[in-house]
Amino acid sequence: MKIVVLIKSVPDTASIFKVAEDNKFVVIGNPKFIMSPYDEYALEEAIKVKESVSGEVVVVSFGDENALEVMRTALAVGADSAILVENSDADSFTGKGVSKVLAAVIKTLSPNIIFAGKQAVDDDGCQVPERVAEILGISHASAVTRFELQGLTAEADREVEGGYCTMEITFPALCTVEKGINTPRYPTLPNIMKAKRKEIRKMTLEELNLSADDVRPGLTVNSISLPRQERLLKKLEGEIGAQVKQLTSILREEKIGL
Amino acid sequence: MSILALIAQQGELKSSALEAVSVANQIAQKADMQLIAVYIGPPLADQLKRLEGFGIEKIVVFESEAVTYYQNDICVPILQKLVTEFDIKVIIGSATSIGKEVCASIAAKLDAELIQDCIEVDWDDGLQAKKPIFAGKIISDISFTNMPAIISVRPNILPVIRNREGAPEIIKREMPHVPHAKSIKNIVREAKSGVELTEAKVIVAGGRGIGGPENWPVLQELCDVMGAALGASRSAVDAGWIHHTHQIGQTGKVVSPDLYIACGISGAIQHQAGMRNSKVVVAINKDPGAEIFSSCDYGIVGDLFEVVPLLTKEMRKLLS
Ligand SMILES: Cc1cc2nc3c(=O)[nH]c(=O)nc-3n(C[C@H](O)[C@H](O)[C@H](O)COP(=O)(O)OP(=O)(O)OC[C@H]3O[C@@H](n4cnc5c(N)ncnc54)[C@H](O)[C@@H]3O)c2cc1C
Repeated sequence: MKIVVLIKSVPDTASIFKVAEDNKFVVIGNPKFIMSPYDEYALEEAIKVKESVSGEVVVVSFGDENALEVMRTALAVGADSAILVENSDADSFTGKGVSKVLAAVIKTLSPNIIFAGKQAVDDDGCQVPERVAEILGISHASAVTRFELQGLTAEADREVEGGYCTMEITFPALCTVEKGINTPRYPTLPNIMKAKRKEIRKMTLEELNLSADDVRPGLTVNSISLPRQERLLKKLEGEIGAQVKQLTSILREEKIGL
Repeated sequence: MSILALIAQQGELKSSALEAVSVANQIAQKADMQLIAVYIGPPLADQLKRLEGFGIEKIVVFESEAVTYYQNDICVPILQKLVTEFDIKVIIGSATSIGKEVCASIAAKLDAELIQDCIEVDWDDGLQAKKPIFAGKIISDISFTNMPAIISVRPNILPVIRNREGAPEIIKREMPHVPHAKSIKNIVREAKSGVELTEAKVIVAGGRGIGGPENWPVLQELCDVMGAALGASRSAVDAGWIHHTHQIGQTGKVVSPDLYIACGISGAIQHQAGMRNSKVVVAINKDPGAEIFSSCDYGIVGDLFEVVPLLTKEMRKLLS
């Protein structure tokens, strides 16, 4: 079984985000890069499948040099090999371009299953894996919460509004995973040491035969801003019973949630 | 040139679908395009009536009992054909779990740009949208420079507006048969009495301060009285006190109710990522220094086991 996992390195979610003076760029104070949290679930699921039937796990990423450390972590957690399409300008690519890059890499690998996180927590784009599957012409399921290999097919659950549905998936297929599908393992010290010796293969857009036209964005960012947040910050006072009464009368008068 | 609104199918028309149609109507008027809608799913019957007033000229309906859930292998070829047939320049769907998957699939097929989860949409010589990034810590204002342009609209943020006369022409078509690789075995509707989090007008959420799963009834009772949905912090979910479907935050659901009541939740930035868009936030926490008090509208410093039952009692009086 050949399994590909799509990985993205993103700024730590606890970072402080600011708006640059030109109102176009996000400034991150002292950024530390981590694997996008949903990708951790994707990687764990891939390793679990590999452990149950044998096979190999290849992690694939498109990003700048910050992605290297995250790929290293993926190898330490249990991936067998890693491919990074390195591009210092990766951040300016839209989902349309990124998916073409990743699909071009995956075509050379012919995996049975592709796992990816349901979204990356930096741009929250929610589209790259599904686009990759469409480009490759394989079936896909999003936000999977349970994945069980059953011989040559798999059974998977996904959340839908107001419940979930169970699907039978035939391979090749791509699944994006939702939190709750598993508990990601931590890398052990020996595996961290071993991962240091594994090679991270680097590729360029040219090697993948992608032209500037193929990946040109069809979007421009006009500006970015901080969300409007005008909270009243009113701490109610008095004994608890009185505070509760005060709250209910505010809710009634302002017709909030009633 | 036309705009295509995707009507999400969940057996009934959800308000998220009507919100997306409202946006499509507004854009159609500004851009002077005709509005086409498509519905793919189980028979809608008289629910189609609810799609009047949005200026939809034609609704193309593909009904089948067999298609209860969006199957991309069926829907995507249908949408592709409609795009050519009606010269579609803009596609607007709902940013529900299924809606996002449809939009991503059709975007890939059309080699079009897509912005998911928009909280504002406008037309000014081209389609523009605002979208939260970095878990809502930043809002990005983006213009499409190419067409077709595709967006999905975050549920529960934008209003449902019916401002046009006349009923749409209904065009019924045969559901194409596709041998699919991904077959849907069954759909389980969670037999929960509760309201769906992403559509809820009121959410009562509990965190580690709840102390254990045996204490949910304290919050559930308030939910029942207010018709609210029950939410939870990640700590409560990770402790195994409640299923992940209730989690609100960066790695959970993003919600935007009129009223969010946070009980025993400290207000970590990752939690706020999920509830920042609530209109009014009430915090109940026994620690006056809790972070949640610096981002709420009304705060009560106190033990939730004292405050919540009192609140339930007062609300019951008020609502009866
Ligand atoms: C990558 C990443 C993603 C994350 N995603 C999410 C996410 O999606 N959602 C999320 O919620 N978190 C998320 N977190 C976790 C987040 O950082 C916090 O750890 C979590 O939100 C804390 O949950 P809590 O407020 O319930 O618990 P705590 O921080 O422990 O707070 C409990 C609060 O309850 C109060 N309390 C205790 N007893 C009582 C009582 N009897 N009455 C009143 N108040 C009481 C305490 O004063 C305290 O403020 C994420 C973290 C990371 C690193």
